[in-house]
Amino acid sequence: MKRKMTLIVACLLVFGLVLSACSGGGKSGGGSTPSGSPGTQTGDQSKPAQPVKMTLWTFQDQHKNYFEDALQRWNSQHPDKPIDLSIETYPNEDMHNKLLIALQSGVGAPDIVDININFFHNFLKGDIQLLELNDIVEPELDKFIKSRFDIYSKDGKYYGIDFHVGATVVYYNKEILDKAGVNPDDIKTWNDYIEAGKKVVAATGVPMTAFEVTDQRPFWPLIVQSGGDYLGPDGSVTLDSDINVQILQKMLDMMTVDKIAIDMPGGRTSAEEFFAFMNNGGIASLIMPSWYMSRFLDYMPDLKGKIVVRSMPVWEEGQPKSVGIGGTGTAITKQTKNPELAKEFLAHAKLSKESNIRIWEMLRFDPIRWDVWDAPELSQPDPYFNNEKIFEVILQAKDNLPSPNMGELAAAAQDLVKNQVMFKVLKEKSETPEQALKAAADELRKMQR
Amino acid sequence: MIRPPGAGSGPGIPARRMFTGDDRLALKKILYSEKWAPYIFVLPFVISLLVFFLYPMITTIIMSFQEVISLNNTRFIGLRNYERLFDVHFYNALKTNTIYTVLTIALTIPIPLLIAVLLNSRLTKGKTFFKTVLFIPALTSVIVAGIPFRLMFGELDTALVNSVLIDLGLKPQKWLLNYWTGMMLMVILHVWRNAGIFMVYYIAGLQNVPDELYESASIDGAGAFKKFRYITLPMLKPILIYTLTITIFEGYRMFGESYVLWNESMPSDIGLTIVRYIYQQAFQRNDLGFGSAIGITLLLIVLVINLVQLRYFGLFRKERD
Repeated sequence: MKRKMTLIVACLLVFGLVLSACSGGGKSGGGSTPSGSPGTQTGDQSKPAQPVKMTLWTFQDQHKNYFEDALQRWNSQHPDKPIDLSIETYPNEDMHNKLLIALQSGVGAPDIVDININFFHNFLKGDIQLLELNDIVEPELDKFIKSRFDIYSKDGKYYGIDFHVGATVVYYNKEILDKAGVNPDDIKTWNDYIEAGKKVVAATGVPMTAFEVTDQRPFWPLIVQSGGDYLGPDGSVTLDSDINVQILQKMLDMMTVDKIAIDMPGGRTSAEEFFAFMNNGGIASLIMPSWYMSRFLDYMPDLKGKIVVRSMPVWEEGQPKSVGIGGTGTAITKQTKNPELAKEFLAHAKLSKESNIRIWEMLRFDPIRWDVWDAPELSQPDPYFNNEKIFEVILQAKDNLPSPNMGELAAAAQDLVKNQVMFKVLKEKSETPEQALKAAADELRKMQR
Repeated sequence: MIRPPGAGSGPGIPARRMFTGDDRLALKKILYSEKWAPYIFVLPFVISLLVFFLYPMITTIIMSFQEVISLNNTRFIGLRNYERLFDVHFYNALKTNTIYTVLTIALTIPIPLLIAVLLNSRLTKGKTFFKTVLFIPALTSVIVAGIPFRLMFGELDTALVNSVLIDLGLKPQKWLLNYWTGMMLMVILHVWRNAGIFMVYYIAGLQNVPDELYESASIDGAGAFKKFRYITLPMLKPILIYTLTITIFEGYRMFGESYVLWNESMPSDIGLTIVRYIYQQAFQRNDLGFGSAIGITLLLIVLVINLVQLRYFGLFRKERD
């Protein structure tokens, strides 16, 4: 018995050796065949156009669906240059790490890639491995919100095209507000919001809202609304500014003094735990960017008809009613073999009028191209959101809609806010807002060379 | 045609010299020569060692003194990367690794040893069944095994462990958002996966202990505990040292347990280990130079700990004898 086993193992080992030897030979043998095929390809290229193979990576399944739609439209409109685009979805962090390694090592990167704004500035350090997109962006720039291009630019060169403005709004659960006799249209300032919250808690026992404790919302939109930010326009560190400390203190007070807010189950709005919690009516309102509508539609089906969207309350008169938060810069890598075609496709998928309307229709993202904002498709009422014309809420804020400053330290700053500041102040309560912001800002300044 | 091996070393050599022009014969000569053949057989290993271990190690050492802008664009910055190690995150990572290592040593050595002794006893029934059941977790990857763990220890009241806690009248926990519960999850995951392998090591060791020793001990009137203390443990010493060494090593280079439990974010450095810190700095923040410096420091730490430990157990003395 034992002998037989040894014999089998030995045979397998020998077989493995033979196989590995074969693979070496196979490569050299295979080399002769491809030399024949290009000849045949050039022969019939004049007749039906061969689809050009390209790859696209994304970290969001919803983006994948959108690109599939854009590809279909491209191929039907351009029968002369069809594209065979394979779209691959990876988990958020994994995709960005994988991309960084592929770009660093010079092989394996896709042609087109969705880069989350959380990580985008990591790719703008040193030798930039993304293609400059000025020649497709500049001719159309006057029809776009320029600040949404600035956040993906460096030294006047644009490297990414966003899906959306990401205007921050407040999503109210009307069913819960009605029980407490609160009308969301009466909430104009954050003080109104806090008072309404107290009523909701008293009448229903449900908290008014929840704050992310392993992510950065609503802290980021709230500070930008008041003129604060992580970084200054010149890239300097402003994370520990007085405004930021005050806002964070107010958020903490909402949790501990006013008792209208809780720390979010799952820690952040993208956690499965949170989807379930929100879907079951766990909180009465949520402060998130407009792109979060797509998450409501996909992951919280039970809230259909109950959610009303309103612009952000303000601390004082004259403050912006919304802030552009989040974003995905779709970029082209330098490793692409078809830079021109990739650019044309990207312009088709992200810049054209038609596409910007589709972005709203398919994803409920507020498009960055403002000349589609009055298109009939955008003023359709939405049954999920209480049958209201939700885009009008975003239009109310459009004249004053700042986006955060971006710079080399943007990725590190966000990481520190998410994992250190928010968690220590709002969850562990182990540090005061001032201590936590100061520590994070000092760490950022140390990174600045 | 083919000469028997070894024949070449004798009088055959002068005869073959005539054919040195013939490649095949020259090859055969090398393959059958006692001097060169061993080198040829170890060559694949040596090459893979050079290409996949030595070369990366040397480049890592070089990169740890550089600012790596891209792989073709680097700049020497002296010890600046090492100076940056004196920060709170590296300290947190080192602390987490050390606590984790101590806990895994405290659990993965005695528990499998106890199981092995029980399974090796003549009185136990269903040995094969228990061995198989205990070994199966070792076959799964950390990532695959970790996902059900993460779901079981979810923070909602409906997650498995929390629902059991509630039924028992206890408070549900946010397992992944507290340092010590997070540490507990990593240790449980590790112990669950490794107990099976260590059990197999110990069973193998136990089967090498001659029965006569136990018999004569029984005659001398030793009880079960004394037999274990004075026969089993000393006889298992080499295996115990081996498992201790790899547990220390695995503890300090741990990555998978932390990665699967805190995939997206690690609030307040819960679950941040040294390798995780390398990953974060090198691949998420695009700072390969600093990542390399952390890696080299980790290597030195593990080297020192293992050398001290091996010396303490007298492993070097034995070799000198």
